[in-house]
Order: sequence, then structure tokens, then C-alpha cells
Amino acid sequence: MNTSNTALIQIRNLQKRYGEFTALHDINLDIAEGEVVVVLGPSGSGKSTLIRCINLLEDYQQGEVRVDGQAVVRGKSLALVRAEVGMVFQSFNLFPHLTALRNVALGPLRVRGMSRRQADERAAGLLAKVGLAEHAHKLPSQLSGGQQQRVAIARALAMEPKVLLFDEPTSALDPEMVGEVLDVMQSLARSGVTMVIVTHEMGFARRVADRVIFMESGRVVEQGRPEEFFTAPREARTKAFLQAIHH
Amino acid sequence: MNLIDTFFNWTVLQGALPMLMKGLVTTILLGVVSIFLGLASGLLMALLRLYGPLPLRAVARVYIDVFRSIPILVLLVLVYYALPFVGVRLSSFASTVLTLSLVSCAYTAEIFRAGIQALPRGQFEAAEAIGLNFFCTMRDVVLPQAFRIVVPPLTSNCINVLKDTALASVVAMPDLLKQATQAQALAANPTPLIGAALLYLLLLLPLVRLVGYFEARHRASSR
Repeated sequence: MNTSNTALIQIRNLQKRYGEFTALHDINLDIAEGEVVVVLGPSGSGKSTLIRCINLLEDYQQGEVRVDGQAVVRGKSLALVRAEVGMVFQSFNLFPHLTALRNVALGPLRVRGMSRRQADERAAGLLAKVGLAEHAHKLPSQLSGGQQQRVAIARALAMEPKVLLFDEPTSALDPEMVGEVLDVMQSLARSGVTMVIVTHEMGFARRVADRVIFMESGRVVEQGRPEEFFTAPREARTKAFLQAIHH
Repeated sequence: MNLIDTFFNWTVLQGALPMLMKGLVTTILLGVVSIFLGLASGLLMALLRLYGPLPLRAVARVYIDVFRSIPILVLLVLVYYALPFVGVRLSSFASTVLTLSLVSCAYTAEIFRAGIQALPRGQFEAAEAIGLNFFCTMRDVVLPQAFRIVVPPLTSNCINVLKDTALASVVAMPDLLKQATQAQALAANPTPLIGAALLYLLLLLPLVRLVGYFEARHRASSR
């Protein structure tokens, strides 16, 4: 379905309102397979809302989102599309009553129809990949924030999704744990996973992004390659934002 | 006759004990069946109330409100004495179980609803993001967590159901209370009633303690 001239994620005329307030104004965005897109912007600019619209955790009033050609709409097909879109949340949202291993294995077991043994094997492999092989049988409450977020990344990967969405994955972490999570994300980016990342980590954006998108007041103000974006922004609002965070 | 002979007459109690024990068995049977039916139907009612199609949601809400409002004794009398007029003749056991389950279902539904709604939104979102369907979301993610929250109030409700079995004596069910009042009439002495009261305490006090234990454990784990 995904031919070379169609993007993996297509967002067309997306508009989202909360009552009188417009959270997203007519967003149009294409994200190619293998692309790493970092979405920046001040809080309340609509960046989280935008990526939550991609897997329809957030409903919207107008427009269309397609993932690999499939329209993301309510109905029977939604769970199938969502299984192709991994999501990592700011607050981890691990299942607290399940071990790290079972958190990761749940999707493959229930959605991909794997046997318990296959699912556990895949989960163990992914936990090893994010450096948590030793912690597979611990409950989330026995893990640090950084470890929990790495489990959450493994859980998203376990579905072998076509794209991974990150909604401020390091914002709830103690500063000393941010690095370990960003390291995992960076190695994923290097391995060619398509990623859309909302973050405030500028250094990370600069190192890892193929494209930076800057949003303000529900609009995409500017986008470009990170070198240009950070060194020679075109828009006044982008300049003001970059100046503010460098002070 | 002194006070001891009147209320704590050992000979009378010994004579009444077989009747009381039979009554106790009936009471426990009534309680267990009603509790089980109330739990199962209450869970379904809670899911209907939260996630059912809109009209059914409204029906569930009305059901829950009505059966939490009506006095159990009134409902029991209606079931046992009024239903026969429309051709529905239930035994006193069936009438009592039906009444207790109908009411327990309403309370249980509210307890489960509160437990489910107490879960953070992120749990539902994480389940949705993986692509879990409704059934798996409930079975694997939501209900195991909600159950832990609702164990104390659920146990409380079970205690209430067990206590309310005593109402069965009104519809000629030979439960513990009924047996005690009959033994009292036969012996012309109230000691069997005291015996019944003690048996109720013996049955229910451990359960009441259990609720306290669950609550303490829950507080400790959520700290």
C-alpha cells in the first residue's frame, strides 16, 4: 500500500477544537518512512494534541489522518491501525499489576495472536535491547522512572509498529534518567524506525532529527532540517522561541 | 426466674441448637447464592452502565437508582406476595435470593463503576494505543486493577447481603432467625434468640475484620 510517492503518515487539513478554542488549525503534514521528526514548540502549542490525533487518542472535527494509506477513523479498523502505531507517553502508563515482561508481551499475545511462549520470548529480547534484561520480572513500581520509560518503549516496539510516537517521553523523568531514555531513542532512530517525537530536549532534536517542526498556537510555524532550523531560523517566532530556551 | 435463666438458659439452648444449626446452614446458603449472583450481575451492570449502547446505559442507570432506593423488605414482600397475582409463584428461597441479588446487583454495579473510574486515563490510553480490543482491555488491564480497589467495599456489601438474609424469615423461610423465633415459641424462652444473635456475630465479625484488614492493606499499598 505504501508506495514511494506516498508518505507513511499523511495529515490533511486537520482541525481540532475544544469548544471555542482551536487547538489545531488546518495542519498538513507528510512523514516519510524511516523519517525522524521532532516537534518543538511552547507548551499549549498543540504538539501533543497533534501526535495524539495520529492514533486517534484525541478526536478532531475536521481533516484526515492516514497511516500507510489506511484512514484512522473510529470503527472496527481502528484497533488494527493503532497496533501499527506505537506510542510512548510522558507518564509511562505501564500496567502496574503486570511485570515488565508481561507489559511488553501483552500486545503480541492479545493483538498479534502469538502464543504465550513466543510473546514472552519477544518481550525478553526487547527488554534486553533496552538494557533491562535483568529487570524483566519486576513490577513497574520496583523500577526507576528511566527504567519504566524504557519498558514502555519496549512495549511499543513489541507490536513491530510502522511508526513510533513519543509524547514528551522525558518530561516526567528526574534529570539523571533523561540520558538513558534518549540513548535508547537515538539508537532506534539510527536503526531506521519512523519516529515522531514531541520533546523539549533541544540537543537531542539537533542530533537525531531528520526534520524539526516548530508549532505555535496550533499552527506549524516553520519546519526544516535541524542544522538550518537551529542556526538560521526564518520565522521571527521561531527565533524568539530558540532565544528564550537558550537563556 | 432470674435473668440468666431467662436469656442464657443452657438447657433451652442445647435443645434449640439443632434447629439453629439448620437455620444457620440455610442462612449461609441464601447468602452465598445471593452474593454470587449479585457480584456477577453487578459486574455486568457496571459495564453496561459505563460502556453499553446509550439506551442500555440509561436503563442501567435507572435500574441502579431504583434498586438502591427501594427498601429490601418491601421488595421481598412484593416478590413473594404480589408476583403470584400475575402467575409468578416463587418459593420463599427463590424469592429471597431474587430480592437480595437484585439489590446487591445495584450496589455492586456502583462499586465496580467507582473502581473502574478510579483508574488513571493513561491506563485506557495505553491499552488503546497497543490496539487491545474492549474485551482484552477489560480482562487484562482494567478489571485486575479495579478489583484491587473495590475489594473492601465489595466485602462490605457481601456482609450487608448476609445480614439481609434475616429478612427471609418474613416469607416463611426457615433461616437462622426464623428457626430461632420458632424455637423460642416452643420453649417459651428467648434464649434461642440470643443463640441466633451469637451465631450471626460469629459469622459476620470475621468478615467485618477482613474489611478492616483489606482497607489497611490498600492504604499501605497506595501510599
